[in-house]
Amino acid sequence: MYSNWETVIGLEIHAQLSTNSKLFSGSSIAYGAEPNTQANEVDLALPGTLPVLNKEVMNLATRLGIALNATINKRSVFERKNYFYPDLPKGYQTSQLELPIVEHGELFINVNGEEKRVGVTRAHLEEDAGKSIHGAAEGCTGIDLNRAGTPLLEIVSEPELSSAAEAVAYMKKLHSLVQYIGICDGNMQEGSFRCDANVSVRSKGQEELGTRAEIKNINSFRFVEKAINFEIERQIDLIEDGGEVVQETRLYDADKNETRSMRSKEEANDYRYFPCPDLLPVVIDDAFIEAVRGDMPELPDAKKARFVGDFGLSDEDAAQLTNSRPMADYFEAVVADGIDPKMAANWCNGELAAWLNKEEKDVTESPVSAEMLAGMCKRIADNTISNKIAKEVFEGMWNGEGDADAVIEVKGLKQITDTGAIEAMIDEIIASNAGQVEQYRAGKEKVFGFFVGQVMKATQGKANPAQVNQILKQKLTG
Amino acid sequence: MTWHTKTLTELSSAIAAGETTSRELTEHFIARVEAHDGELNTFVTRTFDAALAAAEAADARRAAGESLGPLDGLPFAHKDIFCTKGVKTTCGSKMLDNFISPYDATVVEKLQAAGMVCLGKTNMDEFAMGSSNETSYYGDVKNPWDTSKVPGGSSGGSASAVGARLVPATTGTDTGGSIRQPAAFCGITGIKPTYGRVSRYGMIAFASSLDQAGVFATTAEDAALMLQAMSGFDERDSTSIERPVDDLVTGLGESLAGKTIGLPKQFFADGLEPEVKAAVDAAINEYKSLGTEVKEIDLPNIGLSVPVYYVVAPAEASANLSRFDGVRYGHRCDNPEDLTDLYKRTRAEGFGDEVKRRIMMGTYALSSGYYDAYYIKAQKIRRLIRDDFLKAFEEVDLIAGPTTPGLPFGLGEQTDDPVTMYLNDIFTIGVNLAGLPGMSIPVGEASGLPIGLQLVGKHFGEAELLNAAHQYQQVTDWHKAIPAAYQ
Repeated sequence: MYSNWETVIGLEIHAQLSTNSKLFSGSSIAYGAEPNTQANEVDLALPGTLPVLNKEVMNLATRLGIALNATINKRSVFERKNYFYPDLPKGYQTSQLELPIVEHGELFINVNGEEKRVGVTRAHLEEDAGKSIHGAAEGCTGIDLNRAGTPLLEIVSEPELSSAAEAVAYMKKLHSLVQYIGICDGNMQEGSFRCDANVSVRSKGQEELGTRAEIKNINSFRFVEKAINFEIERQIDLIEDGGEVVQETRLYDADKNETRSMRSKEEANDYRYFPCPDLLPVVIDDAFIEAVRGDMPELPDAKKARFVGDFGLSDEDAAQLTNSRPMADYFEAVVADGIDPKMAANWCNGELAAWLNKEEKDVTESPVSAEMLAGMCKRIADNTISNKIAKEVFEGMWNGEGDADAVIEVKGLKQITDTGAIEAMIDEIIASNAGQVEQYRAGKEKVFGFFVGQVMKATQGKANPAQVNQILKQKLTG
Repeated sequence: MTWHTKTLTELSSAIAAGETTSRELTEHFIARVEAHDGELNTFVTRTFDAALAAAEAADARRAAGESLGPLDGLPFAHKDIFCTKGVKTTCGSKMLDNFISPYDATVVEKLQAAGMVCLGKTNMDEFAMGSSNETSYYGDVKNPWDTSKVPGGSSGGSASAVGARLVPATTGTDTGGSIRQPAAFCGITGIKPTYGRVSRYGMIAFASSLDQAGVFATTAEDAALMLQAMSGFDERDSTSIERPVDDLVTGLGESLAGKTIGLPKQFFADGLEPEVKAAVDAAINEYKSLGTEVKEIDLPNIGLSVPVYYVVAPAEASANLSRFDGVRYGHRCDNPEDLTDLYKRTRAEGFGDEVKRRIMMGTYALSSGYYDAYYIKAQKIRRLIRDDFLKAFEEVDLIAGPTTPGLPFGLGEQTDDPVTMYLNDIFTIGVNLAGLPGMSIPVGEASGLPIGLQLVGKHFGEAELLNAAHQYQQVTDWHKAIPAAYQ
């Protein structure tokens, strides 16, 4: 029913920068401290206090600019965005408007096997607000200024995303990227990476954009997808019913899976931006940018290409491995231990990924270290265990039963490679399954699997599969 | 003893020579404040106990041979715009009537480190917005030469206190003339250094790109001594300049022979009161006899400085004063119904009329649709005014002219007419817009009221500026005049 419509989405992502201290004060930005214990006189906006730029943010913002293949402005200006709110101590937010640090970048996403370029309009530095805690005491709202002044990079995409799936792909790619280049810890639960989505619809073929609604502060990939899909349907239904979309800010309610109006454009503030006279324009030069460039880690796309080129991995395997830098590092550590890259990739993307996923762990928390996985792969390579048995070994390692050799030893998982022993076992199985032998010989080759199963059952899976196949085939053909 | 007739420099020598002690001087000036401040209203807060303790500590240091230098043990007072730890800091406003700062301004720290003894905090126009000290929540300050006249503003308390010799020196701040105009009205020496020379950290902001701290004293030599201790780069103020401070005191002995003083023709046009013009002309003649050349210069855009200032300064102020919202400190209205009520009533009750007027003007100038026409245009003209000064300084070493267009006016005379009030600063404002150092020194009198000469130097030319004032004070006595009631 929605095939006559197309969707236009732009994302504004707030990434909290991984600095030790705030954007304009020396207070810590560590998460989870007692309220107002990380707010000094500058953060409290006491009379007479002044901001001093934390220079580290220029380094971090420049990294993003390089990673997005963007223009890095050598002169950027902090401005005051004026509005009153109790968790905004100065009565204005210091942000960048006319001259942001980063402009004209790009990010490539992959949806359903197709690559798409998404323009990044700009990325600007700004300070976070504090937190209002409603009902902190009877009839009162508490203010916690620990977060006030935390450095953020607001990364704004062009309105070039055309589905919730693309929006999520973009967000995931950026999420991975900021962690890759070490500028943001990406912790979405703690609000280190959050998203505002601008969504509009228009009938196919229409040139001008429809009226957009902005969905604020969505803090998970799943919610971004749901919120956008809800919003698309809401807008189309509204228009098809003869209504009009109004420009407004909406909030996504995850419990009800709906977006609700927060405030309309008529109620919007005039922020009265003007350059902050307490801060000088920030000027950087080519030498600074080149020094940052020299310090950049390999970016995901380059890493992926290298994995394909140097290791002969498939595009899919390389993409999956390079989605997160810790996983790519893990994989490379396994390979560095002398393991065949394809085998390493199979285990990282297969068993390891499955276990991590199942237990909702990050690769950095994996109980099976890269060294342990490499140790296990060596036992596969030297035929001590089969691939199948290896899964059992992996599970043992995951559950803390020691390294591969210990698990193999304790569980007696060593592969049977004694040809004589395997032959004897196969003879016995053939003798007691005459019916199946006949079927096989009559051309029903599927039955072959039955015999393999019987051998494995008899050896508890420890027989060398290649040997089993070879000997079985030989004896059955007789 | 008549210690109050002495200069800071003389008091310093007297302590060094063992003729007096910091304790004795401090007691003397405390007695002066107690005897005379009732009529002048120059102090908002007195910190006499702390002052006596500081004086004793200074004397103990000296006895132990550990004096902190020439300012150690000398009494003074701070304009109540500087945050002082543990001491009420009001900025002349009801909004901060209950505000006790938990930290010290950089200027406060620096003068403390030099050993100076602070007797208290001086009265001022509310948030430094005013030219007559009549906008203070703590009442009008009176001019010591005639208590029916204003002392000038916004640093009226600091100027009047030095004029009446209640303290030998005070700090002040100058955004559009708030040191130079009251110095002229009270017959004393005042200096506003180059923007960025003295840290603004802990100085409550009015207009951040214009505000600069400075000194009131009775002589240029004293002003040099104190400014020396206040100046320097501060990593807590991004607009302070990382550049060594010249030796201001030892620079005071250079001949002015061969120097050129520029007289902006626009400063001697219509509107200048004849008595002021006569005194300024006489001072210029004195400079000629000291060997300087005099040359008329043109500052073609200076006539726009008042309108430019009244866009830029209120615009910055409108944002700077947003933090006074009743949430964290300062005045809060009783029983707010909701958030909007809290903001509205807190600010309606806490701010006076002039402050509200400037917040309104500034908010208007920054509003969507007006920003380009007002704020951006004002910034462009500000640049032209600065360029005019820089061009003039290619030909002259100093610029001189009247500090104010007229004599000190009567209390209440201009309070109903903000525009006339704003024109008091017509000669001083351009100097702030250009970020230049400026001074006012007493050069005459009319009807028993003092007249000031404004001297303007090149960027970071404080040493040359102070020396020019000092040379004049070596051959004249205007700076020695003390109002009859306070001798």
